[in-house]
Amino acid sequence: MPEPEYSPREIMTVVAARKLHNGTVCFVGIGLPSAAANLARLTHAPDVVLIYESGTIGAKPAVLPLSIGDGELAETADAVVSVPEIFQYWLQGGRVDVGFLGAAQIDKFGDINTTVIGGTYAAPRVRLPGAGGAPEIATASKEVVIVLKHSRRAFVEKLDFVTSSGFPAQPHGGNRPGRRGRGPTTVISDLGILVSDPETRELVLTSLHPGVTVERVKEATGWPLKVASDLEVTPPPTPADLAALRDLHARTAAAHGLNPGAE
Amino acid sequence: MPAFLTLREAVTRFVHDGDTIALEGFTHLIPFAAGHEVIRQRRRHLTLVRMTPDLLYDQMIGMGCASRLIFSWGGNPGVGSLHRFRDAIENGWPEPLAIEEHSHADMAARYQAGASGLPFAVFRGYVGSDLPKHNPKIQSITCPFTGETLAATPALNPDVTIIHAQRADRKGNVLVSGIIGVQKEAALAAKRAIVTVEEIVDDLRAPVNACILPAWALDCICEVPGGAHPSYTHGCYKRDNAFCVAWDAISRDRETFLAWMNRNVMAAADFAEYRRKIAAEAEGITGA
Repeated sequence: MPEPEYSPREIMTVVAARKLHNGTVCFVGIGLPSAAANLARLTHAPDVVLIYESGTIGAKPAVLPLSIGDGELAETADAVVSVPEIFQYWLQGGRVDVGFLGAAQIDKFGDINTTVIGGTYAAPRVRLPGAGGAPEIATASKEVVIVLKHSRRAFVEKLDFVTSSGFPAQPHGGNRPGRRGRGPTTVISDLGILVSDPETRELVLTSLHPGVTVERVKEATGWPLKVASDLEVTPPPTPADLAALRDLHARTAAAHGLNPGAE
Repeated sequence: MPAFLTLREAVTRFVHDGDTIALEGFTHLIPFAAGHEVIRQRRRHLTLVRMTPDLLYDQMIGMGCASRLIFSWGGNPGVGSLHRFRDAIENGWPEPLAIEEHSHADMAARYQAGASGLPFAVFRGYVGSDLPKHNPKIQSITCPFTGETLAATPALNPDVTIIHAQRADRKGNVLVSGIIGVQKEAALAAKRAIVTVEEIVDDLRAPVNACILPAWALDCICEVPGGAHPSYTHGCYKRDNAFCVAWDAISRDRETFLAWMNRNVMAAADFAEYRRKIAAEAEGITGA
Protein backbone atom coordinates (compact mmCIF):
# COMPACT_ATOMS: atom_id res chain seq x y z
CA MET A 1 0.00 0.00 0.00
CA PRO A 2 1.55 3.37 -1.00
CA GLU A 3 2.33 5.98 1.65
CA PRO A 4 -0.38 8.62 1.77
CA GLU A 5 0.66 12.08 0.59
CA TYR A 6 0.30 14.98 2.96
CA SER A 7 1.41 18.58 3.36
CA PRO A 8 3.91 19.84 5.98
CA ARG A 9 1.02 21.61 7.67
CA GLU A 10 -1.01 18.42 7.80
CA ILE A 11 1.71 16.36 9.48
CA MET A 12 2.27 19.18 11.98
CA THR A 13 -1.42 19.12 12.92
CA VAL A 14 -1.63 15.32 13.08
CA VAL A 15 1.49 15.03 15.25
CA ALA A 16 0.24 17.75 17.60
CA ALA A 17 -3.07 15.91 17.93
CA ARG A 18 -1.19 12.82 19.16
CA LYS A 19 -0.17 14.76 22.29
CA LEU A 20 -3.76 14.65 23.52
CA HIS A 21 -5.50 11.64 25.00
CA ASN A 22 -8.88 10.69 26.41
CA GLY A 23 -9.38 12.59 29.64
CA THR A 24 -6.64 15.18 28.94
CA VAL A 25 -7.87 18.66 29.83
CA CYS A 26 -6.53 20.98 27.14
CA PHE A 27 -6.64 24.79 27.10
CA VAL A 28 -6.76 25.53 23.38
CA GLY A 29 -5.29 28.49 21.50
CA ILE A 30 -6.87 29.49 18.21
CA GLY A 31 -5.52 28.48 14.78
CA LEU A 32 -3.27 25.43 14.43
CA PRO A 33 -3.63 24.38 18.09
CA SER A 34 -7.41 24.36 17.70
CA ALA A 35 -7.24 22.25 14.54
CA ALA A 36 -4.95 19.75 16.26
CA ALA A 37 -7.03 19.57 19.44
CA ASN A 38 -10.23 18.92 17.51
CA LEU A 39 -8.54 16.37 15.27
CA ALA A 40 -7.56 14.46 18.43
CA ARG A 41 -11.17 14.62 19.62
CA LEU A 42 -12.48 13.36 16.26
CA THR A 43 -9.99 10.48 16.04
CA HIS A 44 -8.18 8.76 18.91
CA ALA A 45 -9.34 10.90 21.87
CA PRO A 46 -13.11 11.42 21.79
CA ASP A 47 -13.09 12.18 25.52
CA VAL A 48 -10.41 14.88 25.48
CA VAL A 49 -11.73 17.98 27.29
CA LEU A 50 -11.25 21.17 25.26
CA ILE A 51 -11.35 24.50 27.08
CA TYR A 52 -11.34 27.80 25.18
CA GLU A 53 -10.60 31.10 26.90
CA SER A 54 -14.04 32.44 25.98
CA GLY A 55 -15.28 30.31 28.88
CA THR A 56 -16.39 27.19 27.02
CA ILE A 57 -15.54 23.98 28.87
CA GLY A 58 -15.76 20.65 27.06
CA ALA A 59 -16.45 22.20 23.65
CA LYS A 60 -17.13 19.70 20.85
CA PRO A 61 -17.36 21.85 17.72
CA ALA A 62 -18.37 20.09 14.48
CA VAL A 63 -16.42 22.74 12.55
CA LEU A 64 -13.33 24.67 13.63
CA PRO A 65 -14.15 27.98 15.26
CA LEU A 66 -12.97 31.04 13.33
CA SER A 67 -12.63 32.92 16.59
CA ILE A 68 -12.14 31.78 20.14
CA GLY A 69 -15.68 32.85 20.98
CA ASP A 70 -17.72 31.28 18.17
CA GLY A 71 -21.28 30.25 18.98
CA GLU A 72 -20.43 26.69 17.93
CA LEU A 73 -18.22 26.40 21.01
CA ALA A 74 -20.97 27.52 23.39
CA GLU A 75 -23.61 25.31 21.78
CA THR A 76 -21.47 22.17 22.08
CA ALA A 77 -19.85 22.84 25.48
CA ASP A 78 -20.54 21.00 28.73
CA ALA A 79 -20.51 24.37 30.48
CA VAL A 80 -20.12 28.02 29.56
CA VAL A 81 -18.61 30.17 32.30
CA SER A 82 -17.42 33.77 32.48
CA VAL A 83 -13.94 34.83 31.40
CA PRO A 84 -12.82 35.66 34.97
CA GLU A 85 -13.97 32.18 36.03
CA ILE A 86 -12.17 30.35 33.22
CA PHE A 87 -8.87 32.01 34.08
CA GLN A 88 -9.23 31.86 37.86
CA TYR A 89 -10.94 28.60 38.78
CA TRP A 90 -10.02 26.47 35.81
CA LEU A 91 -6.58 27.67 34.63
CA GLN A 92 -5.05 29.28 37.74
CA GLY A 93 -6.74 26.62 39.87
CA GLY A 94 -4.49 24.02 38.26
CA ARG A 95 -7.15 22.06 36.37
CA VAL A 96 -5.51 22.23 32.93
CA ASP A 97 -3.24 19.38 31.82
CA VAL A 98 -2.01 20.75 28.51
CA GLY A 99 -1.85 24.32 27.24
CA PHE A 100 -1.81 24.30 23.44
CA LEU A 101 -0.27 27.48 22.01
CA GLY A 102 0.96 29.01 18.78
CA ALA A 103 3.41 31.93 18.50
CA ALA A 104 5.13 34.33 16.12
CA GLN A 105 8.59 33.67 17.58
CA ILE A 106 10.09 31.06 19.89
CA ASP A 107 13.53 30.74 21.47
CA LYS A 108 15.47 27.66 22.54
CA PHE A 109 13.86 27.61 25.99
CA GLY A 110 10.33 27.76 24.65
CA ASP A 111 9.77 31.41 25.54
CA ILE A 112 7.36 32.87 23.00
CA ASN A 113 6.65 36.26 21.45
CA THR A 114 3.24 37.40 20.24
CA THR A 115 3.71 41.12 20.98
CA VAL A 116 6.10 43.03 18.67
CA ILE A 117 8.67 42.31 15.93
CA GLY A 118 11.55 44.71 15.31
CA GLY A 119 11.98 48.31 16.44
CA THR A 120 11.23 48.94 20.08
CA TYR A 121 8.20 48.08 22.19
CA ALA A 122 7.00 51.70 21.97
CA ALA A 123 7.74 51.97 18.23
CA PRO A 124 7.68 48.46 16.81
CA ARG A 125 8.25 47.57 13.17
CA VAL A 126 5.36 45.12 13.37
CA ARG A 127 2.73 45.22 16.07
CA LEU A 128 1.32 41.73 16.79
CA PRO A 129 -1.98 41.07 18.62
CA GLY A 130 -0.41 40.73 22.06
CA ALA A 131 -0.58 38.34 24.98
CA GLY A 132 -4.18 37.20 25.15
CA GLY A 133 -4.29 34.33 27.62
CA ALA A 134 -0.82 33.01 26.83
CA PRO A 135 1.32 34.31 29.75
CA GLU A 136 -0.86 32.49 32.27
CA ILE A 137 -1.61 29.47 30.06
CA ALA A 138 2.16 29.00 29.62
CA THR A 139 2.84 28.87 33.33
CA ALA A 140 -0.34 27.47 34.91
CA SER A 141 -0.92 24.49 32.62
CA LYS A 142 0.76 21.30 33.83
CA GLU A 143 2.51 21.13 30.46
CA VAL A 144 2.66 23.36 27.38
CA VAL A 145 2.77 22.21 23.77
CA ILE A 146 3.63 24.79 21.12
CA VAL A 147 2.67 24.30 17.48
CA LEU A 148 4.66 26.47 15.08
CA LYS A 149 5.90 26.33 11.48
CA HIS A 150 9.68 26.09 11.27
CA SER A 151 11.66 29.07 9.91
CA ARG A 152 14.60 31.24 10.96
CA ARG A 153 12.19 34.13 11.40
CA ALA A 154 10.18 32.13 13.93
CA PHE A 155 12.84 30.01 15.70
CA VAL A 156 15.19 32.75 16.89
CA GLU A 157 18.28 33.05 19.08
CA LYS A 158 16.80 36.05 20.90
CA LEU A 159 13.16 37.05 21.04
CA ASP A 160 12.22 40.64 20.22
CA PHE A 161 9.89 40.46 23.23
CA VAL A 162 9.13 37.75 25.79
CA THR A 163 5.33 37.64 25.95
CA SER A 164 5.01 34.28 27.64
CA SER A 165 7.81 32.44 29.33
CA GLY A 166 9.17 28.97 29.05
CA PHE A 167 12.14 28.56 31.33
CA PRO A 168 14.97 30.74 32.64
CA ALA A 169 17.75 31.29 30.14
CA GLN A 170 20.49 29.94 32.38
CA PRO A 171 21.17 26.20 32.54
CA HIS A 172 20.02 24.43 35.67
CA GLY A 173 18.02 27.54 36.45
CA GLY A 174 15.17 25.65 38.05
CA ASN A 175 11.64 26.93 38.05
CA ARG A 176 10.83 30.59 38.38
CA PRO A 177 8.70 31.60 41.36
CA GLY A 178 5.03 31.43 40.49
CA ARG A 179 5.38 28.65 37.98
CA ARG A 180 3.18 25.67 38.73
CA GLY A 181 3.53 23.51 35.62
CA ARG A 182 6.43 21.95 33.75
CA GLY A 183 6.45 24.67 31.09
CA PRO A 184 6.86 24.09 27.37
CA THR A 185 7.81 20.44 27.12
CA THR A 186 7.23 19.98 23.41
CA VAL A 187 7.37 22.02 20.22
CA ILE A 188 5.80 20.50 17.13
CA SER A 189 6.72 22.04 13.79
CA ASP A 190 6.20 21.09 10.17
CA LEU A 191 9.71 19.55 10.13
CA GLY A 192 10.00 17.67 13.41
CA ILE A 193 9.49 17.49 17.17
CA LEU A 194 11.58 19.36 19.75
CA VAL A 195 11.48 18.31 23.39
CA SER A 196 12.72 20.28 26.39
CA ASP A 197 15.77 18.68 28.05
CA PRO A 198 14.82 18.04 31.71
CA GLU A 199 18.28 19.22 32.89
CA THR A 200 19.09 22.25 30.73
CA ARG A 201 15.50 23.09 29.68
CA GLU A 202 16.82 23.59 26.15
CA LEU A 203 14.72 22.34 23.25
CA VAL A 204 16.33 19.35 21.56
CA LEU A 205 15.34 17.86 18.20
CA THR A 206 14.07 14.38 19.04
CA SER A 207 12.14 13.40 15.92
CA LEU A 208 12.26 14.20 12.22
CA HIS A 209 9.14 14.04 10.12
CA PRO A 210 9.51 11.55 7.23
CA GLY A 211 11.78 12.83 4.45
CA VAL A 212 13.18 15.73 6.51
CA THR A 213 16.94 15.92 7.19
CA VAL A 214 18.69 17.22 10.31
CA GLU A 215 20.43 19.78 8.09
CA ARG A 216 17.13 21.17 6.91
CA VAL A 217 15.84 21.60 10.47
CA LYS A 218 19.10 23.27 11.51
CA GLU A 219 18.88 25.64 8.55
CA ALA A 220 15.38 26.64 9.65
CA THR A 221 16.44 27.20 13.29
CA GLY A 222 18.05 30.46 14.41
CA TRP A 223 20.16 28.93 17.18
CA PRO A 224 22.66 26.04 17.14
CA LEU A 225 20.10 23.28 17.47
CA LYS A 226 20.93 20.28 19.64
CA VAL A 227 19.97 16.88 18.26
CA ALA A 228 19.07 13.85 20.37
CA SER A 229 21.43 10.90 20.07
CA ASP A 230 18.45 8.60 19.63
CA LEU A 231 16.80 10.74 16.95
CA GLU A 232 13.61 9.15 15.67
CA VAL A 233 11.52 9.43 12.54
CA THR A 234 7.95 10.57 13.23
CA PRO A 235 5.36 7.97 12.24
CA PRO A 236 3.55 9.46 9.24
CA PRO A 237 -0.12 10.42 9.36
CA THR A 238 -2.43 7.48 8.72
CA PRO A 239 -5.01 7.61 5.94
CA ALA A 240 -7.65 7.83 8.68
CA ASP A 241 -5.89 10.84 10.29
CA LEU A 242 -5.71 12.64 6.97
CA ALA A 243 -9.28 11.85 6.02
CA ALA A 244 -10.54 13.18 9.36
CA LEU A 245 -8.41 16.35 9.11
CA ARG A 246 -9.40 17.12 5.52
CA ASP A 247 -13.03 16.46 6.30
CA LEU A 248 -12.82 18.85 9.26
CA HIS A 249 -11.24 21.59 7.12
CA ALA A 250 -13.78 21.12 4.33
CA ARG A 251 -16.69 21.30 6.80
CA THR A 252 -15.13 24.37 8.40
CA ALA A 253 -14.64 26.17 5.08
CA ALA A 254 -18.22 25.45 4.04
CA ALA A 255 -19.61 26.61 7.39
CA HIS A 256 -17.65 29.88 7.45
CA GLY A 257 -17.96 30.59 3.73
CA LEU A 258 -14.17 30.78 3.50
CA ASN A 259 -11.47 29.16 1.39
CA PRO A 260 -10.39 25.66 2.48
CA GLY A 261 -7.22 25.74 4.54
CA ALA A 262 -7.97 29.12 6.07
CA GLU A 263 -7.62 29.05 9.84
CA MET B 1 -34.69 52.12 37.04
CA PRO B 2 -32.59 52.72 33.92
CA ALA B 3 -33.60 55.25 31.29
CA PHE B 4 -34.99 53.82 28.06
CA LEU B 5 -33.39 55.95 25.36
CA THR B 6 -32.42 55.87 21.73
CA LEU B 7 -28.76 55.14 21.21
CA ARG B 8 -28.22 58.69 19.98
CA GLU B 9 -29.69 60.10 23.18
CA ALA B 10 -27.75 57.63 25.33
CA VAL B 11 -24.35 58.52 23.84
CA THR B 12 -25.14 62.24 24.01
CA ARG B 13 -26.06 61.97 27.66
CA PHE B 14 -23.57 59.41 28.99
CA VAL B 15 -20.40 59.45 26.84
CA HIS B 16 -18.14 62.50 27.01
CA ASP B 17 -14.86 63.53 25.40
CA GLY B 18 -11.93 62.23 27.45
CA ASP B 19 -13.92 59.45 29.12
CA THR B 20 -12.56 56.00 29.80
CA ILE B 21 -15.03 53.71 28.06
CA ALA B 22 -15.28 49.94 27.79
CA LEU B 23 -17.35 48.40 25.00
CA GLU B 24 -16.96 44.79 26.05
CA GLY B 25 -17.74 41.50 24.35
CA PHE B 26 -15.68 38.38 23.74
CA THR B 27 -16.24 37.83 19.99
CA HIS B 28 -19.90 37.42 20.98
CA LEU B 29 -22.23 40.39 21.74
CA ILE B 30 -19.85 43.16 20.69
CA PRO B 31 -21.75 46.45 20.89
CA PHE B 32 -21.07 47.65 17.32
CA ALA B 33 -24.13 49.88 17.10
CA ALA B 34 -23.08 51.77 20.23
CA GLY B 35 -19.50 52.15 19.03
CA HIS B 36 -20.74 53.54 15.71
CA GLU B 37 -22.85 56.11 17.52
CA VAL B 38 -19.78 57.20 19.52
CA ILE B 39 -17.93 57.63 16.19
CA ARG B 40 -20.90 59.47 14.64
CA GLN B 41 -21.02 61.92 17.54
CA ARG B 42 -17.26 62.48 17.07
CA ARG B 43 -16.19 61.79 20.63
CA ARG B 44 -12.47 62.50 21.10
CA HIS B 45 -9.57 61.70 23.44
CA LEU B 46 -11.25 58.58 24.75
CA THR B 47 -9.40 55.89 26.65
CA LEU B 48 -10.76 52.71 25.12
CA VAL B 49 -10.77 49.60 27.31
CA ARG B 50 -11.36 46.10 26.04
CA MET B 51 -9.80 42.66 26.46
CA THR B 52 -10.07 41.86 22.76
CA PRO B 53 -10.18 44.99 20.61
CA ASP B 54 -11.33 43.90 17.16
CA LEU B 55 -13.06 45.54 14.19
CA LEU B 56 -15.08 47.97 16.30
CA TYR B 57 -12.04 49.43 18.07
CA ASP B 58 -10.17 49.42 14.75
CA GLN B 59 -12.96 51.67 13.44
CA MET B 60 -12.98 53.92 16.52
CA ILE B 61 -9.17 54.26 16.52
CA GLY B 62 -9.05 54.94 12.77
CA MET B 63 -11.75 57.60 13.10
CA GLY B 64 -9.72 59.43 15.74
CA CYS B 65 -11.89 58.78 18.81
CA ALA B 66 -9.11 57.32 20.97
CA SER B 67 -5.89 58.59 22.45
CA ARG B 68 -5.28 55.58 24.69
CA LEU B 69 -6.03 51.85 24.56
CA ILE B 70 -6.07 49.42 27.48
CA PHE B 71 -6.20 45.85 26.15
CA SER B 72 -4.87 42.29 26.16
CA TRP B 73 -5.27 41.04 22.55
CA GLY B 74 -5.86 43.12 19.44
CA GLY B 75 -6.70 41.37 16.18
CA ASN B 76 -9.31 40.37 13.63
CA PRO B 77 -10.11 36.88 14.95
CA GLY B 78 -9.40 34.16 12.40
CA VAL B 79 -8.43 36.76 9.78
CA GLY B 80 -5.30 38.62 10.90
CA SER B 81 -4.12 42.08 11.84
CA LEU B 82 -6.13 45.14 12.70
CA HIS B 83 -4.70 47.63 10.22
CA ARG B 84 -5.99 50.83 11.84
CA PHE B 85 -4.82 49.68 15.30
CA ARG B 86 -1.41 48.85 13.84
CA ASP B 87 -1.19 52.10 11.87
CA ALA B 88 -1.94 54.09 15.04
CA ILE B 89 0.74 52.28 17.07
CA GLU B 90 3.35 51.93 14.31
CA ASN B 91 2.85 55.33 12.60
CA GLY B 92 0.73 57.49 14.91
CA TRP B 93 -2.15 57.78 12.40
CA PRO B 94 -4.62 59.46 12.67
CA GLU B 95 -3.11 60.39 16.01
CA PRO B 96 -0.68 58.75 18.41
CA LEU B 97 -2.24 55.95 20.44
CA ALA B 98 -0.81 55.29 23.89
CA ILE B 99 -1.19 51.67 24.90
CA GLU B 100 -1.51 49.96 28.24
CA GLU B 101 -1.12 46.26 27.67
CA HIS B 102 -2.07 43.36 29.93
CA SER B 103 -2.93 39.66 29.68
CA HIS B 104 -6.48 38.27 29.55
CA ALA B 105 -6.25 36.85 33.08
CA ASP B 106 -5.15 40.28 34.28
CA MET B 107 -7.87 42.26 32.50
CA ALA B 108 -10.54 39.88 33.77
CA ALA B 109 -9.22 40.21 37.32
CA ARG B 110 -9.00 44.02 37.02
CA TYR B 111 -12.66 44.28 35.99
CA GLN B 112 -13.57 41.92 38.82
CA ALA B 113 -11.71 44.08 41.33
CA GLY B 114 -13.48 47.12 39.90
CA ALA B 115 -16.88 45.47 40.26
CA SER B 116 -15.98 44.34 43.79
CA GLY B 117 -15.00 47.78 45.03
CA LEU B 118 -11.42 46.64 45.67
CA PRO B 119 -8.40 48.82 44.84
CA PHE B 120 -6.47 46.12 42.99
CA ALA B 121 -6.53 42.64 41.52
CA VAL B 122 -4.28 39.82 42.63
CA PHE B 123 -3.47 36.71 40.62
CA ARG B 124 -0.63 34.40 39.64
CA GLY B 125 0.60 35.90 36.41
CA TYR B 126 3.30 37.24 34.06
CA VAL B 127 5.96 34.81 35.25
CA GLY B 128 9.02 35.51 33.09
CA SER B 129 7.12 37.89 30.78
CA ASP B 130 8.51 41.23 29.55
CA LEU B 131 5.12 42.92 29.88
CA PRO B 132 5.70 44.23 33.44
CA LYS B 133 8.88 45.98 32.20
CA HIS B 134 6.77 48.10 29.85
CA ASN B 135 3.63 48.58 31.89
CA PRO B 136 4.13 50.23 35.31
CA LYS B 137 0.61 49.20 36.32
CA ILE B 138 1.77 45.58 36.53
CA GLN B 139 3.29 45.22 39.99
CA SER B 140 3.80 42.36 42.39
CA ILE B 141 2.75 41.71 45.95
CA THR B 142 3.86 39.19 48.55
CA CYS B 143 1.17 36.95 49.99
CA PRO B 144 1.09 37.64 53.77
CA PHE B 145 0.25 33.99 54.47
CA THR B 146 2.51 31.97 52.17
CA GLY B 147 5.17 34.46 51.05
CA GLU B 148 4.38 33.72 47.40
CA THR B 149 4.99 36.56 44.95
CA LEU B 150 1.82 37.34 43.00
CA ALA B 151 0.92 39.85 40.31
CA ALA B 152 -1.08 42.92 41.35
CA THR B 153 -2.74 45.43 39.03
CA PRO B 154 -5.13 48.31 39.74
CA ALA B 155 -8.89 47.83 39.56
CA LEU B 156 -10.57 48.91 36.32
CA ASN B 157 -13.45 51.34 36.81
CA PRO B 158 -14.47 52.77 33.43
CA ASP B 159 -16.47 55.97 33.30
CA VAL B 160 -18.83 54.16 30.96
CA THR B 161 -19.30 50.51 30.05
CA ILE B 162 -21.48 49.59 27.09
CA ILE B 163 -22.51 45.99 26.42
CA HIS B 164 -25.00 44.27 24.13
CA ALA B 165 -27.44 41.57 25.30
CA GLN B 166 -30.31 39.45 24.07
CA ARG B 167 -33.17 41.16 25.87
CA ALA B 168 -34.42 43.42 28.61
CA ASP B 169 -37.79 43.45 30.30
CA ARG B 170 -39.84 46.62 30.65
CA LYS B 171 -38.32 47.41 34.04
CA GLY B 172 -34.83 47.21 32.52
CA ASN B 173 -33.61 43.87 33.88
CA VAL B 174 -31.22 42.43 31.30
CA LEU B 175 -30.61 38.78 30.31
CA VAL B 176 -27.21 37.92 28.83
CA SER B 177 -26.74 34.39 27.52
CA GLY B 178 -24.21 32.32 25.59
CA ILE B 179 -20.57 33.32 25.91
CA ILE B 180 -20.90 35.97 28.61
CA GLY B 181 -17.24 37.02 28.64
CA VAL B 182 -16.44 39.74 31.14
CA GLN B 183 -19.55 41.84 30.49
CA LYS B 184 -21.15 41.51 33.91
CA GLU B 185 -17.93 42.56 35.65
CA ALA B 186 -17.37 45.42 33.17
CA ALA B 187 -20.90 46.74 33.68
CA LEU B 188 -20.72 46.57 37.47
CA ALA B 189 -17.25 48.15 37.53
CA ALA B 190 -18.39 51.20 35.57
CA LYS B 191 -19.63 54.54 36.85
CA ARG B 192 -22.31 54.46 34.12
CA ALA B 193 -23.57 51.29 32.42
CA ILE B 194 -25.45 51.23 29.11
CA VAL B 195 -26.93 48.06 27.62
CA THR B 196 -28.13 47.73 24.05
CA VAL B 197 -30.54 44.83 23.55
CA GLU B 198 -32.04 42.93 20.66
CA GLU B 199 -35.53 43.35 22.06
CA ILE B 200 -37.55 44.54 25.03
CA VAL B 201 -40.03 41.98 26.28
CA ASP B 202 -42.70 41.59 28.97
CA ASP B 203 -41.03 38.61 30.60
CA LEU B 204 -37.36 37.53 30.33
CA ARG B 205 -38.34 33.91 31.01
CA ALA B 206 -34.81 33.34 32.30
CA PRO B 207 -33.67 30.13 34.02
CA VAL B 208 -33.03 30.57 37.74
CA ASN B 209 -29.23 30.81 37.46
CA ALA B 210 -29.13 32.83 34.26
CA CYS B 211 -26.81 35.81 33.94
CA ILE B 212 -29.09 38.72 34.79
CA LEU B 213 -28.09 42.33 35.30
CA PRO B 214 -30.77 43.84 37.55
CA ALA B 215 -32.44 47.02 36.35
CA TRP B 216 -31.27 49.03 39.36
CA ALA B 217 -27.60 48.32 38.55
CA LEU B 218 -27.87 49.89 35.06
CA ASP B 219 -28.22 53.45 33.82
CA CYS B 220 -29.66 53.05 30.37
CA ILE B 221 -31.28 50.52 28.01
CA CYS B 222 -31.42 51.00 24.24
CA GLU B 223 -33.32 48.67 21.94
CA VAL B 224 -31.09 48.08 18.90
CA PRO B 225 -32.02 44.97 16.88
CA GLY B 226 -28.94 43.48 15.22
CA GLY B 227 -26.80 45.82 17.31
CA ALA B 228 -23.88 43.37 17.57
CA HIS B 229 -23.40 42.85 13.81
CA PRO B 230 -20.90 41.67 12.44
CA SER B 231 -20.45 40.00 15.82
CA TYR B 232 -23.31 37.72 16.80
CA THR B 233 -26.06 37.40 19.34
CA HIS B 234 -26.52 33.84 20.55
CA GLY B 235 -29.99 32.60 19.72
CA CYS B 236 -30.69 35.54 17.37
CA TYR B 237 -28.15 35.66 14.52
CA LYS B 238 -24.74 34.29 13.60
CA ARG B 239 -21.40 36.02 13.24
CA ASP B 240 -20.92 37.60 9.81
CA ASN B 241 -17.59 35.98 8.99
CA ALA B 242 -17.64 37.28 5.42
CA PHE B 243 -17.75 40.84 6.73
CA CYS B 244 -14.82 40.17 9.10
CA VAL B 245 -12.81 38.87 6.14
CA ALA B 246 -13.87 41.81 3.94
CA TRP B 247 -12.79 44.24 6.69
CA ASP B 248 -9.16 43.29 6.05
CA ALA B 249 -9.26 44.93 2.59
CA ILE B 250 -11.49 47.84 3.64
CA SER B 251 -9.20 48.79 6.50
CA ARG B 252 -5.78 48.19 4.95
CA ASP B 253 -5.56 51.58 3.23
CA ARG B 254 -6.29 54.88 5.04
CA GLU B 255 -8.28 56.47 2.23
CA THR B 256 -10.35 53.34 1.53
CA PHE B 257 -11.08 53.06 5.22
CA LEU B 258 -12.13 56.71 5.61
CA ALA B 259 -14.30 56.59 2.50
CA TRP B 260 -16.01 53.43 3.73
CA MET B 261 -16.64 54.87 7.21
CA ASN B 262 -17.90 58.19 5.85
CA ARG B 263 -20.17 56.51 3.33
CA ASN B 264 -21.62 53.86 5.63
CA VAL B 265 -21.34 55.03 9.23
CA MET B 266 -21.11 58.82 9.24
CA ALA B 267 -23.71 59.30 6.51
CA ALA B 268 -26.19 56.99 8.25
CA ALA B 269 -28.67 58.39 10.73
CA ASP B 270 -28.54 55.27 12.85
CA PHE B 271 -27.47 51.62 12.92
CA ALA B 272 -30.54 50.45 10.99
CA GLU B 273 -29.65 52.75 8.10
CA TYR B 274 -26.02 51.62 8.27
CA ARG B 275 -27.18 47.99 8.00
CA ARG B 276 -29.23 48.85 4.89
CA LYS B 277 -26.23 50.62 3.35
CA ILE B 278 -23.77 47.78 3.84
CA ALA B 279 -26.33 45.20 2.71
CA ALA B 280 -26.78 47.20 -0.49
CA GLU B 281 -23.01 47.45 -0.95
CA ALA B 282 -22.65 43.72 -0.44
CA GLU B 283 -25.12 43.15 -3.24
CA GLY B 284 -23.21 45.51 -5.49
CA ILE B 285 -25.96 48.10 -5.61
CA THR B 286 -24.46 51.58 -5.77
CA GLY B 287 -26.18 54.81 -4.87
CA ALA B 288 -28.47 53.07 -2.39
